[in-house]
Amino acid sequence: MMSGDESWFDEAAGPLVRPYAMTRGRTRPASNKLDMITLVVAVRADVDTVTLDPEYAEILRLCQRPLSVAEVSAQLDLPLVVVKVLLSDLIDSGYMIFRPPMRATRVPDKNLLQAVLDGVRRL
Amino acid sequence: MASVDSERQGGPNLNATAVKILVAGGFGVGKTTMVGSVSEIPPLSTEEMLTELSVGVDDLAGVEGKTTTTVALDFGRITISSELILYLFGTPGQGRFWFMWDELAYGALGAVVLADTRRLDSCFPSVDFFERRNIPFIVAVNCFDGADLYQPEEVRQALAVDEKVPIILCDVRQRESCKQVLLTLIEYIIALAPALAGDRSPAVTSS
Repeated sequence: MMSGDESWFDEAAGPLVRPYAMTRGRTRPASNKLDMITLVVAVRADVDTVTLDPEYAEILRLCQRPLSVAEVSAQLDLPLVVVKVLLSDLIDSGYMIFRPPMRATRVPDKNLLQAVLDGVRRL
Repeated sequence: MASVDSERQGGPNLNATAVKILVAGGFGVGKTTMVGSVSEIPPLSTEEMLTELSVGVDDLAGVEGKTTTTVALDFGRITISSELILYLFGTPGQGRFWFMWDELAYGALGAVVLADTRRLDSCFPSVDFFERRNIPFIVAVNCFDGADLYQPEEVRQALAVDEKVPIILCDVRQRESCKQVLLTLIEYIIALAPALAGDRSPAVTSS
């Protein structure tokens, strides 16, 4: 028989909660164009676990330091699109702030490139 | 305390800028190994679902019950300073995931196309992609053990890339070697910047 802490399903069963259930069926964020490398960070150090859904609380705990959207997705093991919706909710309700990546432009910022070059040299 | 941002008083600062470099090339050429060699964290993997973007690529008519298709993206991170973070993204190799490439390439500083001399043709699509979108790229030939060593110029001929595009030999398992690949790319992008600037008149901004 199964012991108490043994799970009755395994990984082959796939996700037990359908990913879009967490976003209440939404497949795209209401606003905020979030890129894969948009940086996000929690505004407050304490996380309100009483009123927030567990997924939101988990994100806020994770984002005590700036992380990219892709990192949040990888850490939570949730698809990017789902994470973008959840992050967007947290940004809209003031729990998080975000910073878009350097704008896509054909004319890269020379100082920025030099900083990247120096940084890689120091590795 | 004149400089305190009243809106975010007590909150964290988000002064960091994120930039990305892509690592492209055929399946099994060593993209994730390269990302892992220079990343400060073990390569992470995120996945994107094939949603409405897949219309015309995957016809789901009649098989609506089909499990959602996902594409995995491997990436690493190099924190250059508290204000600058460099992300390295491996591109998904399979042709049916082209739709991901546009989002990946958006805003990328440039790309490394990894080549394996035993199957050079597997990096043709990557070279095409970056050439067509004017994204600066270099070719790094991953020298697998036992693979025939070709000179960079032979690889250039085979790939028919512009003579200005740097082509270097590397070993993706070696951190120093990968570092050299990145340095070559960034120096190339810097050298290219004036030419790119002349490409189009820069937008006048007041910032």
